[in-house]
Amino acid sequence: MTAAQKRQAAMQSGSRLERMLRAGHFAVSAELSAPDSADPESVYREARLLTDAVDAINATDASGANVHMSSVAICTLLSQAGYDPVLQVACRDRNRIAMQGDILGAAALGIKNVLCLTGDDVSNGDQPQAKRVFDLDSVRLLRVATVLRDRGMFLSGRKLETSPRLLLGAAANPFVQPYAWRPQRLAKKIAAGADFIQTQYCYDLPRFRQFMAEVRDMGLHEQVYIMAGVGPLRSEKAAEFMRTNVPGVIIPDEIVERLRKTPKEKKVEEGKRICVEIIEQVREIEGVAGVHIMAYRQEAHVPDIVQQAGLYPRPVLAG
Amino acid sequence: MSVRRWLQNHPHFLENLYQLTEKLFVRLDPLWSRLGYDRTERWLKPVEDAAKKVMFDCRVCGQCILHSTGMTCPMTCPKNLRNGPCGGVRADGNCEVIPDMKCVWVEAYERSQQMPVYGDEIMLIQPPMDWRLEDSSAWVNMLTGADKETPVGWAEAEAQPQ
Repeated sequence: MTAAQKRQAAMQSGSRLERMLRAGHFAVSAELSAPDSADPESVYREARLLTDAVDAINATDASGANVHMSSVAICTLLSQAGYDPVLQVACRDRNRIAMQGDILGAAALGIKNVLCLTGDDVSNGDQPQAKRVFDLDSVRLLRVATVLRDRGMFLSGRKLETSPRLLLGAAANPFVQPYAWRPQRLAKKIAAGADFIQTQYCYDLPRFRQFMAEVRDMGLHEQVYIMAGVGPLRSEKAAEFMRTNVPGVIIPDEIVERLRKTPKEKKVEEGKRICVEIIEQVREIEGVAGVHIMAYRQEAHVPDIVQQAGLYPRPVLAG
Repeated sequence: MSVRRWLQNHPHFLENLYQLTEKLFVRLDPLWSRLGYDRTERWLKPVEDAAKKVMFDCRVCGQCILHSTGMTCPMTCPKNLRNGPCGGVRADGNCEVIPDMKCVWVEAYERSQQMPVYGDEIMLIQPPMDWRLEDSSAWVNMLTGADKETPVGWAEAEAQPQ
């Protein structure tokens, strides 16, 4: 049995997301737009929009290198209110000392899922003057997190009194070059410790199918839970903006055209319909264990999308 | 620039050169250890710096893994990634941070495919950097083994993955 298969065999954190995936249910997570606020109500207001339509909620870590409320804080608030948060940790802003401390503290605060990311560069954000850190990259951060969890020690070897119980995640972007390496890069992340994967926005379905075929050939879908990233587009303008300005997002012309041809008052609905269609299509692909809905500033539409995709109500877990 | 381009587009030649250099240095190790590694570093480092800067745009991290990364310096990636490309690669294969530059890892991968000797090493998981070694001679660090030392936790995870 490979290391990844062994890991796959044992419950890691017991988070709702993990139990949902292990039970074989098609899991649904969604991203919460981190607020620019010091008021916990700002977090809860957004979380309430997602209601009971999702199994887990990701709190971004200064996504796009724009500063917002921290992921640890958002996840703590979510956890206290009974949601299952996914802590995003980006290597851009903190070195290994800070990240290990954060992961340990997050576990103490009740956070059970951690998504290990390299992070968008500071040059894309609202504070491009900042120093970029990148002491580790996502692969090394994953392994460092497994050292905390599985060996009960810090990277240095110093023992922990209690090790964190965590489901570890990573991102994958099958939609950009070098295409041939993307499945192998996924294999590297699995070897480094990834239990689940959330992909970049999936609009280019032929590319995604090709990627998943290679993933299945390598047997990787049996070693990790792959959740396809999806999201509604408000209009063709939003689509153009995203594919031009958000690093790593590929949106085929057909989708942009489809939105362009839709009358103005129906664009939002059409964007949601495209999202629902994509969910239905990725669900048919062997090895896809769920979807991750990134509806930036459109959280209110998430329950609709989940319902229209036939994923509501969410399964009730025993225990 | 053009010399570097030409060399980097001949990765198999470069990996052979690397292999030869490494063998030479290791064979001459008794000489270096008698001379003392500190003294060796003093005259060797300017030579290494000059050669690697011309050939690879070397950033003198002191823990050279060129042969494991398609003979392409990973420290020229603006995010200093050592385990492969980030998800921010542009549609044209260029860098997220420097739009006019080809992604370092797109090039590294293409070159690794033309390297029968070390090409597969691009799949290895590279350990965290030891930033204390920055601006020291990677050749000397290779001889002393300083570039292979990893923190205890990492070494255990590597030796016995769970």
